[in-house]
Amino acid sequence: MFELLGIPPQALFGQLLLGLINGSFYAILSLGLAVIFGLLNIINFAHGAQYMLGAFVAWMLLNYLGIGYWWALLIVPIVVGAFGIVLERLMIARLYHLDHLYGLLLTFGLALIIQGLLRNQYGISGLPYSIPPQLAGGQNLGFMFLPNYRGWVVVASLAVCVATWFVIEKTRLGAYLRAATENPTLVGAFGINVPRMITLTYGFGVALAAFAGVLAAPVYSVNPNMGADLIIVVFAVVVIGGMGSILGSIVTGFGLGLVEGLTKVFYPEASSVVIFVIMAIVLLVKPAGLFGRAA
Amino acid sequence: MTKTGFLLASLAASLMATSALAQDITVKIGVLNDRSGIYADLSGEGSVIAARMAAEDFGAAEKGIKVEIVSADHQNKPDVASTIARQWLDQDGVNAIVDVPTSSAALAVNEIIKDANALFINSGAASSDLTGPACSPHTVHWTYDTWALANGTGSAMVQQGGDSWFFLTADYAFGHALERDTAAVVEAAGGKVVGTVRHPFPGTDFSSFLLQAQASGAKVIGLANAGGDTINSIKQAAEFGITQAGQALAGLLIFITDVHALGLQTAQGLVLTESFYWDLNDGTREWSARFEAADGDKPTMVQAGVYAGVLHYLKAVEAAGTNEADAVIAKMKEMPTDDPLFGKGEIRADGRKVHDMYLFRVKSPEQSSGAWDYYETLATIPADKAFRPMADGNCPLVK
Repeated sequence: MFELLGIPPQALFGQLLLGLINGSFYAILSLGLAVIFGLLNIINFAHGAQYMLGAFVAWMLLNYLGIGYWWALLIVPIVVGAFGIVLERLMIARLYHLDHLYGLLLTFGLALIIQGLLRNQYGISGLPYSIPPQLAGGQNLGFMFLPNYRGWVVVASLAVCVATWFVIEKTRLGAYLRAATENPTLVGAFGINVPRMITLTYGFGVALAAFAGVLAAPVYSVNPNMGADLIIVVFAVVVIGGMGSILGSIVTGFGLGLVEGLTKVFYPEASSVVIFVIMAIVLLVKPAGLFGRAA
Repeated sequence: MTKTGFLLASLAASLMATSALAQDITVKIGVLNDRSGIYADLSGEGSVIAARMAAEDFGAAEKGIKVEIVSADHQNKPDVASTIARQWLDQDGVNAIVDVPTSSAALAVNEIIKDANALFINSGAASSDLTGPACSPHTVHWTYDTWALANGTGSAMVQQGGDSWFFLTADYAFGHALERDTAAVVEAAGGKVVGTVRHPFPGTDFSSFLLQAQASGAKVIGLANAGGDTINSIKQAAEFGITQAGQALAGLLIFITDVHALGLQTAQGLVLTESFYWDLNDGTREWSARFEAADGDKPTMVQAGVYAGVLHYLKAVEAAGTNEADAVIAKMKEMPTDDPLFGKGEIRADGRKVHDMYLFRVKSPEQSSGAWDYYETLATIPADKAFRPMADGNCPLVK
């Protein structure tokens, strides 16, 4: 049997596919971060907590109200997004005129509070959430067994990413948003309610995180730290892609998932570090990120 | 505000003055463990509750011993654990540090305690090195260790025909020790190890490693990890159809809180080794009910070990009539141990506490009669067979 880099090709394809699956989570989370940073100039450190909240709300819907996965996919982003809007109105909106650092500190504090409250209530070991029966089982692809649910994760997140990119880059609404980022005063003068647009954008970014949380609930353990473990990696993804670049965050999200997947085959000990090594190199060579424009 | 503060302070001072007159010995016990990370449910606040219960059940106050219990979060980091331990020993006058899960953190505290006038009663950490090459005259390893886990689960799996193994190992001191000890058991029983993959600790996605394990064709995938890592590994192994395809999972360290989080549907059939289960006998049931009333969950073996360890420590303090570390540890090793949770046992010269271990199998949802009814006992491993013989441990203290 021929081998590729010392590994049978079947194994390699399998690992690449797994990398793509993890990349879907990176992509959808970094997309939310990039949208929020691009339009609000806020470094949303609560993004991980909002992702975790998405998974928890899905669990609550199931256990307290008997609402299953498919409705959760719709309801949870709305609920958590609304929560984000409240946060934005009450707190974050007061910080727009200040340095980035204040927004970062505020959202970091909020993340710690949300995590602490849920930890107090539900413990750390995690809560069980089953894969919906329609997506149970899997396909034998020859080179690997692909659980149906993982396939669904890739499809769903790709669809959401592409739709978001399309709205922001190709529609009139997206044009308003981009214009408001460049010059809010001028756009306001044209009769567009810029503060409301910013609030809704934050809500949308948070809803994206919550959507990823629902996607993650059946495959990862639903626990208060699930977001904190992921958010640092996602920040690295955003930095590599270029802060605020929509396309950059999507492409680097999937790309880094692949790189990480390969590292897990060739040198597993380094798999948690490889993304940060890439980040350091990108910052040295191209400080604005792969897809970013220099300020 | 200042006035109230002053009043409170003087009140506290006068209280302390009176108690100093009435009582002879003061002991300060520091519970050092994970209070927010992946091991917080199996140790955490529950261990503090267990230590407090030990002081109450011992009747410390009536016996003239004043017990003060403090606690801290070491975040599973050896450097944080060392800093807290040093502060407790040098500035706060702590006489005994207990629990300390996460082997790397435990080994760090173990180094510090060697030359200190204090004792280290470990319940949470697993590495058998604590009573092996790294053994210390001031350390007692109470609840379990990697050798005992390997000996229980490892030999049981080989006996059932699982003679080729692939290890999924948490990449730090604990995982390495557990892998090493299990591989030795497997090879001694005639099996072989076909591969190993070391994953970062803590991890989230194990599918890549599980697929490598699957490709190896090994009959048994040994999970040399713990807590949330084990939960995710088992969950994802089921998702990727690995167990259905015929490979068996060996959870080398599984706590009852892990089974609780997995749910019986996913966890059923797992074979595991523990030294304590709440539903073993009347003594464990009575204590566990009291613990549950205070904590909300049934106790893990780590929390039970904290209780029993602190209880025995206080008995030794009473017998020695002092809190001096050398005198107390001599008494702890001299007196046989006896408590409702682990039964009768002893502490060996190398610091290893020996008692029976149990091989359990996780019940199916149909077999379980309700919440926390999770285990059926497959075998009791007698104390003299459950732990590594002292001669094999390379502990410098007993050479």
